[in-house]
Amino acid sequence: MKVLFSLLAVIVLILVAIMGAYTTSLHYTFGIIIPYLALTLFVGGFIYRVVKWGRSPVPFRIPTTIGQQKSLPWIKQNKIENPTSTLGVIVRMALEILFFRSLFRNTKTELSQGPKGPILAYGSAKWLWLGSLFFHWSFLIILIRHLRYFLDPIPFSIQILESIDGILQIGLPAVYLTDAFFLIAVTYLFLRRIFIPQLKYISLAADFFPLFLIMSIASTGVLMRYFYKVDLVAVKQLAIGLATFQPVLPSGIGAMFFVHIFLVSSLFAYFPLSKLMHMGGIFMSPTRNMISNNRMVRHINPWNQEVKYHTYEQYEDEYRDKMKKAGIPVEKE
Amino acid sequence: MAKVEKVKTPKPQELSQIDFKPPTTDWMDTPTVIKPGNFCWGGKEKDLLTLGLPNPRQWSPADEDWKLPEGWESTILEGMAERLAKYRSFKIFMDICVRCGACADKCHFYIATGDPKNMPVLRAELIRSVYKKYFTTSGKFLGKLAGARELNEDVLKEWWSYFFQCTECRRCSVFCPYGIDQAEVTIIGRELLNLVGLNIDWISGPAANCYMKGNHLGLEPHAITGNIETMCDDIEDITGIRVNPTFNRKGAEILFITPSGDLLGEPGIQTCMGYLMLFHELGLDYTWSTYASEGGNFGFFTSNDMAKRLNYKIYAEAKRLGVKWILGGECGHMWRVLSQYMDTWHGPADFLEVPKSPITGTVFENASSTKMIHISEFTADLIKHKKLNLDPSRNDHLKVTYHDSCNPSRGMGLLDEPREVIKAVCNNFYEMPESTIREKTFCCGSGSGLNASENMEQRMRGGFPRANAVKYVKEKHGVNMLANICAVDRAALPALMDYWNPGVGVTGVTELVANALVMKGEKERTTNLRFEDLPGKGGDE
Repeated sequence: MKVLFSLLAVIVLILVAIMGAYTTSLHYTFGIIIPYLALTLFVGGFIYRVVKWGRSPVPFRIPTTIGQQKSLPWIKQNKIENPTSTLGVIVRMALEILFFRSLFRNTKTELSQGPKGPILAYGSAKWLWLGSLFFHWSFLIILIRHLRYFLDPIPFSIQILESIDGILQIGLPAVYLTDAFFLIAVTYLFLRRIFIPQLKYISLAADFFPLFLIMSIASTGVLMRYFYKVDLVAVKQLAIGLATFQPVLPSGIGAMFFVHIFLVSSLFAYFPLSKLMHMGGIFMSPTRNMISNNRMVRHINPWNQEVKYHTYEQYEDEYRDKMKKAGIPVEKE
Repeated sequence: MAKVEKVKTPKPQELSQIDFKPPTTDWMDTPTVIKPGNFCWGGKEKDLLTLGLPNPRQWSPADEDWKLPEGWESTILEGMAERLAKYRSFKIFMDICVRCGACADKCHFYIATGDPKNMPVLRAELIRSVYKKYFTTSGKFLGKLAGARELNEDVLKEWWSYFFQCTECRRCSVFCPYGIDQAEVTIIGRELLNLVGLNIDWISGPAANCYMKGNHLGLEPHAITGNIETMCDDIEDITGIRVNPTFNRKGAEILFITPSGDLLGEPGIQTCMGYLMLFHELGLDYTWSTYASEGGNFGFFTSNDMAKRLNYKIYAEAKRLGVKWILGGECGHMWRVLSQYMDTWHGPADFLEVPKSPITGTVFENASSTKMIHISEFTADLIKHKKLNLDPSRNDHLKVTYHDSCNPSRGMGLLDEPREVIKAVCNNFYEMPESTIREKTFCCGSGSGLNASENMEQRMRGGFPRANAVKYVKEKHGVNMLANICAVDRAALPALMDYWNPGVGVTGVTELVANALVMKGEKERTTNLRFEDLPGKGGDE
């Protein structure tokens, strides 16, 4: 049901895109207005969400300590997973953001019944880590590759990236490794949601929808490159026009381009409304981005709540006789 | 109120048959079952009155009617709005979960029940779904498709059931790619529940005791001194040495604070005897306090404000007595509160000095702001400087493994200090499998105020992964003693071991120290602190 709904939603988007692509009078809307609108929603929405997070303070310093603390000089501190310096936190965050450090820790718990009773075993489980890593890195590289359409001349670094990405030199134009990795990874991420019963159980329509949308973006991109070719010179003209805020609409770009850009626009517009905001959130997660120096440096809570206490005076008033009898010193005789 | 029958806990054989197949109905349409043996009694009216908590009344979770206050829905929603504005953690954790499922089989309650709502991701979703409905655009318009749902009484009961099936152990947070910490979500979920008077007796009772009497057990001043006197008598019987602790003494160098669980019941009292013997042997200038007689903090399982109210006594008493620094005993959540909250609430403790061991001269710079150090840090330092005369062979009848408590591990990082201590006082030490110790340690299943007796089945389930790892080293190395540094562990693990691994005992680390400690002028010891014959010394060995 959730899968079906998400699939239908993406199919509707594709149909709308096809309608736009084959209606020449709509090309300006689909090629220029909608992308601008989507970009505005993306940038505005992203900033809005991050600012909203930022407006809530961090009242307590609550890093999850995943290694030995700094204590006695001869005990080796884990300076990354229990960092007491800014550098430690930067390394910790870099490992999380660039290499998905915590996901790398993943294990799979298995219960079996042995001759002497139940046995719980924890096996290595790196597929999710690998799939996610390929997915995100491929996505990033593909995104960077797309800068070739927005920049003239094409920077050398992007040309290098492209030649490495196409190093296999299979087909014409050459197959990009990242395209393959990306499609495989996104398919894996989808299939695990379908075939692992527990994961299927927790998945929402909001988990399938972005996967389908991203799949459709990748597919239209690949189709456009190899099968339904578009006029790349015209595409670049349009892209540079968009980037320089002097939009032009060259004729004869090709229908597939409009489908692709509409789906990309949909993703951009949807992004700030969704779980995809983990992209921004990962930087701000207090269990990871705080220095674990609570016992050395006091953390200030801006709203440090006033509360009622039971003071020693009240306590002694209540128990003075009993305290005296037990030989415990008191303030007032 | 309906009378709830105490139920018999199923046999281990039965309990370890776990069905991981999710129900056929969607989780939002799967009703919550409040099942005897798996929940704790509701908080008592008198305790809520003592603490000034909302909606004090007699109620039972087994009843249909939970006697919620008028307008409870808006109380909860306003409470959520307030906390979203106060805690970035809560807001971010509500927004960025992608439901990748990495946390699912990391939770001891999920591993042991197979109930998907015990996956941290879904436990968070219980509250996230309500957040989406009332606080996000997508949830408002798309409803269930966006994973949003209305708040109603069934949802509230579900929260109560599952937020009191989470021990705030933070294990999931280690594995989450965004560091989403279910403990934080549970803490806030419990705060919300407390706004409408939903809590459990095993938490609000001790919290009320602690507020008025200074400790969770409700020991009055003369009972504290009395209990400790009795321990001193035992120490004298065993060692021939009379230790003379002082109470509420002004001008002492050090204030010692430990969970009150160490003052009553085995094996807590043996740990406490260990402190007394160690400090006596060192000639430490220290005092106990009957007012600040609790290291633990069951307020932390109620609300942030309540935790702050209970924690106040520690610095206040240190100031009143004019001590230089504070030494803390073996306890789990106590150390998360002391590490990550106390200084923010009640600091700066500028009336204290940076802790300095009077024996070794070591200055504990790692506690330069809180001015409070852990007994394991203190003891590890003594051992490193060879200040203790130890005879580890007295522990030779023990094959010891060590259980990291959740909070000192994942809310502090105290991992190697207790190990150094144990290795110095025991000849036979074996680690449990790597995935079950240190930062990946499994909870005892009874943390965060869930160590009641009426929920024994739930506790035995929750502790199953821990117990199973102990079983592994029991079978492989013949381990017969489970050491720990937590009063809740000492209260909860004996039952867990009896249930899953009969024959494995439970001990505090300082008890092991005291057994190995050769005190100046002691008589030849024939028994350990439990009055059991020492290896090679007794008649029956």
